[in-house]
Amino acid sequence: MKWYIIKRLLQIIPVILGVTIIAFTLIHIAPGDPARNMLGQHASQQEIDEIRAKYGLDQPLYVQYFIWLGDVLQGNLGRSILSHEQVTIEIASRFPNTIELAIAAMLFAILIGVIAGIISATKQYSIADYSVMGIALFGISMPVFWLGIMLMMIFGVYLGWLPIGGRIDLLIPFHRVTGFMVLDSIITANGAALISVLSHLVLPAIALGTIPMAIIARTTRSSMLEILRQDFIRTERAKGLSERIVIYKHALRNAMVPVVTVVGLNFGLLLSGAILTETVFSWPGVGRLVVNAVYARDYPLVIGCILVFALVFVIVNLITDILYTYIDPRIHYD
Amino acid sequence: MRRDNIINKKAVVAIIFCVMLIVISFSGCVQEESKEKVLIFASAGDVDKLDPADVTDGESVERMDNIFEGLVEYKPGGTEIQPCLATSWVTSSDGKNITFTLRQGVKFHDGTDFNADAVVFSFERQYNTSHPYFQYGEWIYWGLFYSDISSVEKIDNYTVNIRLDKVNAEMMTNLAMFTVTIVSPTNAEIWKEDAFKHPVGTGPFKFVEWVKDDHITLEANKEYWRGAPKLDKLIFRVIEDPSARLLALQATEIQGMEFPDPASFNSIKADSNLQLLTAPGMNVGYLAINCGYGYNDNNSNGVHDTDEPWVETPGYFEPFTNKSVRQAINYAINKTSIIENLYKGTAIVAKNGMPPFMLGYNDDIVDYPYNPDKARELLTEAGYPNGFNTTLWVMPVSRPYMFDPVKIGEAIQSYLEDVNIHIQFYQVEWATYLEKTEAGEHPMCLLGWTGDNGDPNNFMQLYGANGCNIGGALNVAFYNSTDVQDLLDAALQTYDTNERADLYEEAQEIIHEDAPYLYLAHANQNLVFTKNVQGFVLNPTARYFFYPVDLT
Repeated sequence: MKWYIIKRLLQIIPVILGVTIIAFTLIHIAPGDPARNMLGQHASQQEIDEIRAKYGLDQPLYVQYFIWLGDVLQGNLGRSILSHEQVTIEIASRFPNTIELAIAAMLFAILIGVIAGIISATKQYSIADYSVMGIALFGISMPVFWLGIMLMMIFGVYLGWLPIGGRIDLLIPFHRVTGFMVLDSIITANGAALISVLSHLVLPAIALGTIPMAIIARTTRSSMLEILRQDFIRTERAKGLSERIVIYKHALRNAMVPVVTVVGLNFGLLLSGAILTETVFSWPGVGRLVVNAVYARDYPLVIGCILVFALVFVIVNLITDILYTYIDPRIHYD
Repeated sequence: MRRDNIINKKAVVAIIFCVMLIVISFSGCVQEESKEKVLIFASAGDVDKLDPADVTDGESVERMDNIFEGLVEYKPGGTEIQPCLATSWVTSSDGKNITFTLRQGVKFHDGTDFNADAVVFSFERQYNTSHPYFQYGEWIYWGLFYSDISSVEKIDNYTVNIRLDKVNAEMMTNLAMFTVTIVSPTNAEIWKEDAFKHPVGTGPFKFVEWVKDDHITLEANKEYWRGAPKLDKLIFRVIEDPSARLLALQATEIQGMEFPDPASFNSIKADSNLQLLTAPGMNVGYLAINCGYGYNDNNSNGVHDTDEPWVETPGYFEPFTNKSVRQAINYAINKTSIIENLYKGTAIVAKNGMPPFMLGYNDDIVDYPYNPDKARELLTEAGYPNGFNTTLWVMPVSRPYMFDPVKIGEAIQSYLEDVNIHIQFYQVEWATYLEKTEAGEHPMCLLGWTGDNGDPNNFMQLYGANGCNIGGALNVAFYNSTDVQDLLDAALQTYDTNERADLYEEAQEIIHEDAPYLYLAHANQNLVFTKNVQGFVLNPTARYFFYPVDLT
C-alpha cells in the first residue's frame, strides 16, 4: 500500500506538467492581454508595451513557461499582475472557503443522496421510488444559478431564516487562525461566529450539493438493486436476519463501491461547480478568483489556480482509490 | 458483530449529543444588539489595490475616496473644484506654476502630520524614476493625466508649488482625481511594496480590514478635520450578482448597493423600504462613422504634426467621406425610440459628445430629428439614390452607455435598411475590438467613453484631429478637422472657465454640422439604498463619499 501511494504521488508530476502546459498555452492563445486590460480603453500603445515588458509578456511563450516553472520549483508562484499580491497568498486566502463549501455540499449530497437511493431501491416501483427519482432528475437538470436565487428568495427574503450570502455576519467580531472559518470559530470558542458561519453555509451547500446528490441517489439505487438480487442477500434473509441488517449492513456496504467512485469524481467537479455557487452567494472562494483572473488575463494567478485545482483533483482521486480497499477488502494494490 | 453495532450506535448518539451541547452552549453567547451606526454597501466587485495612485478600477476608488483626500476636490454633486487639503492656490502669470497653501493641523490616521513633505512624497513617487518608491507601482494615470507636471516642490512646511511644462487648463480638475490624493509617507516606509494593503490617509474613515472577495471594513475617523462622520462603521461588501445584491438589500443584510439590474427598477420603486437614486452619468455612447483619413504618429507625441500626412484608414469607405451621407445617417435613426425601448430608462438621449452637466456643453444645438425622408433626400443629393452596403462593428460587451449593443445594432440596422443602407454586423472579442477600431479598420462602429476627471477636455479630445492617429485613435470616427483641434488647443491654454466654455461650445457646433458621430445616449448612474439611509449625494464622477451619510 505504501509503495502504491508513493507511486501514485509520483504520477502527479507528469499530470501537473501536462495540465500547466495546456493551461499556459490556452490562456496565452486566448485574445486579449493583461496590459490592455489593466490600462483600459484610454491607454497608448507605448504604455501597453511597457507593462508587457515589465511582466515578461514580450518573451516567447516557452521562455515564459520555463521561467514560471523555475520559480514554481522554488515555491514561488509569482505575483498577480492585477493586485500585485503573491499568488500563493491570493489562493491561500480563498482556498479554505472553497474546501469548506465543497465538503458541506458533499456531506449534504451523500446524506440525502444515499438515503434517497436506499429508499428508492428497497421500495422499487413504489410511489416513493418514483418521487425520489423524479426529484433526482429535477436536481440533475437544475441550473445552479437559478436554484441559488430561488433558495435565497425563499429562505432569505420571505422566510428570513437564513442569510442571503457572504461568509459570516460582518457585525460579529471574528478572529482568523487557519482560514477555515468553521474550525476557527471552534478553536476560538466563538459561539456567535460558529452559528453565523454555519448558517451562511447552508444555502450554498444545498445549491452546490443538489446535482451530486441527485447523481448519488441514482447510483445508490441502481447499485443497491443489483446487490439485492444476489444470492448472498437471499441467503441472509433465509438465515432470518432482520431486513434492516440485511440492507444497511450487508447490501449497502457492497453497493458502496460505485457510489464512492461517483463521490470522488464529483468532489473534483464540485470545485468547478463552485464557481457559479460562489458568484450567486458572494462566497469568497477560489472559483470566483479564477474566473476574475481569466477575465483580467491575469496569467500568473490563472495558472496558479489551475495548478491547485489539478492537485486537489489528483489527491481526491487517490483518496477514493484508497477508500476502495476499506470498503471492499478484496481490492488490493500491491 | 452485534456488539460492534451497539458500540457504533452509542458512539453516534454521543457525538450528536456533544454537537448539540456545543451549539446550545455557544448560542448563549450570541452578541448583543449592536448600537453602532453601521452601513454596509454592496459593490459588484472587489478592489485591485488600495493605493490611490496605482489603480484604475471603480471599486478601488469607491473605498479609497472615503480614506484619502486630495489638495482639491469636486463640489458635491458637480465637477467644479473646491479646496480640500489645500486651503487656497495661486496660478502664476505665465500659467506654469500653481502654488498651494496647505491646511494646517491635519493628521493622517497613523498620527503622521499632513504637510508639504507628504504632498511631495505622494506626487514624486509617481514620476521621479529615481525615487525609492517609484518601483512599487505602475502609476498608470500619471502618464495619462499628469505628464505636464515637471516637478512638485516644497516651499515651506505648508506651501507646495506644482510646476508645469506647459499651460494645461485641465490640470485643476486632474488634481481632484483620486490618483493624486495624499498618502502617509510614514506608512509607505513601514509597508514598502505592500503599502497597498494598508491604506492610510487623512479622510473621514480609517481602514480596518480587507478580506479579499468578501469585504472591506472602515471605521469612523473621530479626529477628522471636518468633524467626525455620522457613521461609526462603513463596510463594503462584494456581491457580484445583481439579483443577489438586491435580495440582500431586501433582506436588509446591506443598506446600499450599486448597479441595480434595470429589469428590477419597477420592483425597487414599488418597495416602500427602498429608495432608488438616479443622476446623469459622465459618459457618452455613440455610433462613429469613419470619415476616412488618419495619420501615423511617427514620433508618438499624440499630436498631428505637419510632417505626418493624412492617409486613408484601413476602414476607408468612400460614401462616409461625404458630409451629406453622415448627416443622412443622423436623420435616419430614431434615437428616442432606441433610448426608450432598449436602454430601459437607464439613459437620456445625447445630442453632443459630452454630458449635459459639463462646462462648455452647447445646449443651443438642435439635434437631428428622426426624418427618413430627409435622409433619403440627402443620400440622393450625395449621389447614392439606391443606397449602399456597409459593415457596422458591434461591441461584444455591454457598457452603461451601450446598454445592449446587439439589440441597438439591430435597431440601427433596420432604420438604415429603411433608407437603403444595408448593414452587415461584425463582432470580435473586446480587446481586439478596441485595437482594431483604434487602427481605423471599421467603416462604422459602436463605442463610447466614460469620463475620467470631470473636465470637458476629457471628452472633447475624442473629436479633435490629434485623436486620429492610426493604431491609437481616440477619435474613432477619424474626423480630422483642424478647426476643431485649434479650438480644443485654445481651450487648454486658458484657466478662464467662461472662455473655455465658449471655445468648446463653438467646437460642438462644427462637429454637429459635420456629423462624424451619431451621439446616442448618456447613461444614468443608479444606486439603491434602504429608506433609513440619509444624505447620500450622487456625483457625476460616480464617486461615492459616505462622509455626510447618516442612518435614521
